[in-house]
Amino acid sequence: MALLEVKDLKVRVEEREILHGLTLTVNEGEVHAIMGPNGSGKSTLSHVIAGKPGYEVTDGQILFKGEDLLEMDPEERAAKGVFLAFQYPVEIPGVATMTFLRTALNAQRKARGESEYSTPDFLKKVREVSKSLNIPQDMLKRGVNVGFSGGEKKRNEVLQMALFEPSLCILDEMDSGLDIDALRIAADGVNALRSPGRAMVVITHYQRLLNYIVPDFVHVMSKGRVVKSGDKELALELEASGYTQFEDAA
Amino acid sequence: MNVAVAKTGGGRAVSDLFASAEGRLPGSPAVIAARREAFEAYERLGLPHRRLEEWKYTDLRALVGEVLPLAASPDAAALKRAAEAVKAHAIEGARKLVLVDGIFAADLSDVKAFAPEVSVGTLREILANEANPAAGDLLQTASTDAVISLNAAMATDGVVVSVADGAQLAAPIQIIHVATTAGASAFTRSHLRIGKATRVTVIESFVAAGKTGGYHVNDAVILWIGDDADVAHIRLMDDAPDAVNVTSQFVTVGANVKLNFFNMTTGAAVSRLQGFITLAGEGSELLANGVNLLQKTEHGDTTLVVDHAVPNCVSREIFRAVIDDRAHSVFQGRIIVRPDAQKTDGKMMTRALLLSDEAEADNKPELEIFADDVSCGHGATAGALDDSLLFYLKARGLPEKQAQALLIQAFVGEAIEQIADDGLREHVIGIAERWLERRS
Repeated sequence: MALLEVKDLKVRVEEREILHGLTLTVNEGEVHAIMGPNGSGKSTLSHVIAGKPGYEVTDGQILFKGEDLLEMDPEERAAKGVFLAFQYPVEIPGVATMTFLRTALNAQRKARGESEYSTPDFLKKVREVSKSLNIPQDMLKRGVNVGFSGGEKKRNEVLQMALFEPSLCILDEMDSGLDIDALRIAADGVNALRSPGRAMVVITHYQRLLNYIVPDFVHVMSKGRVVKSGDKELALELEASGYTQFEDAA
Repeated sequence: MNVAVAKTGGGRAVSDLFASAEGRLPGSPAVIAARREAFEAYERLGLPHRRLEEWKYTDLRALVGEVLPLAASPDAAALKRAAEAVKAHAIEGARKLVLVDGIFAADLSDVKAFAPEVSVGTLREILANEANPAAGDLLQTASTDAVISLNAAMATDGVVVSVADGAQLAAPIQIIHVATTAGASAFTRSHLRIGKATRVTVIESFVAAGKTGGYHVNDAVILWIGDDADVAHIRLMDDAPDAVNVTSQFVTVGANVKLNFFNMTTGAAVSRLQGFITLAGEGSELLANGVNLLQKTEHGDTTLVVDHAVPNCVSREIFRAVIDDRAHSVFQGRIIVRPDAQKTDGKMMTRALLLSDEAEADNKPELEIFADDVSCGHGATAGALDDSLLFYLKARGLPEKQAQALLIQAFVGEAIEQIADDGLREHVIGIAERWLERRS
């Protein structure tokens, strides 16, 4: 059984159809890149998979481990192992990062019927992961993402990914707003989380990110559909020739 | 709407109220005469209503109707129930002064445990002392507000505390008001005189002994703070869900004082805290912060008048209201800067969080500035929880209510974090957490 099956998905936002029948299958252990020009529906796909309100699915389905994902609330999806790394992680003043991490992790564990993490185990785990991502401890005491640089915000997303151990990670425009050094640190963090039991969907406008997170498959989206799929060579081809050819194809 | 009828109705109820209570009100003949004058002043006005500017958003006449009769003195059974409530709400390490249904309860209080620099008396004993010609002064204030006149007429008891100059009190003073009986009113008036160069924490708690049903509380506090004092003043109002609590506080602040006031409203169907704080000595710093947590059809009003009477004082107000269901929060903050009060630095910020479409918030910040070299400002906002923050938290596995709770805690945290003492701050955070749990 595939980990994620998106079948002929049609999605509207405020009466305007954004996805016009999108199909995508992701198996465990695979890394898929979804590329496409602005407005092709990449972020819409990530939002619909995560359960963001404001999107109306008019047709098609999304199965996650064989279950109907669209029937689940966002928090249920998270507990089942869906993780969206946000393009623009929000700032939450007054909620300490550490409190947020523990509350979220324990909420997911509780939903799965697992016991809550003990404080020492939790702290140990956070320390290990944050060290590898070059996240200073005092950052964890601050409000979630408050005053974080673009790179710090993205590293905080990767930190959560490492803590929550999801089986499907969707990285939405992870490279936006990052310089090369920040990108490398975040990408190294992501690569460390690649494993046979975990799949990733990397959404990006530019090929650059895929030099660091090398995908198994590349899909080109245009006007709300996947118009071409291939291996990592497709990304290089796109880099050379641009998206225009596919806009015509769609 | 016939005003005359409403007034007559109010007046008649009060006359009965006073006539039936008069024999039980402490005081020498001179004091009783002062009381009668006070209730006549009340009768002329009746309960405040929306056509009075100060009470525009809290129409007591509409919200409360009539004043309930004076509560009976608590009997042994009532005191026993009160003892349970005191136990549940006592702040660790504090020295307690307990008023049950408006009467000081010596057996529930820690009078003997107070430091020698603290003298504790009761309003009742002072008023009843016929040898004291000034006793009636304890019922006087400069205010003409009807609820304060009513308090002067009806006050049965209160604590009269004096902290000697220089005292550094390690233990907070906690005044606990316990209501045990439905259908009755408690009228209390306390005087606190805090000497110069002291360090004092005063906590006031308003609680019910179990599920009492509705009752009325009308409290007045006259607080005088001497020069160079460092005072934390925390008020925790958690009266029964059907109760009415109207509290008036008169605070006079000396020079070079640090006063950190915090009010938390989590109870009562109708409540109003009206604070009149006068900065009467130069170089003082006032923090006056508060949180109203309201649900169902609760109405919570915090009205603060900060009067900068002298130059070189700083005042800061941070107020937060969380309003669920059909509840209604009112914040009225007025900063007055007198002509001589140059170099005043006064700011207030009030924010309301509306958790339902029917929740209501009225924020009325006002500046009355008569000096020309000042820095004053205010801001007010009202809004719902941010959907993008809620979605982020839900996408990380938090169920809706838990995500809301985390954001609400952060919202009120901006006011609560102003409480300097770690233990008291944690205590107040705990009250907010329990309110949020009740909600979900």
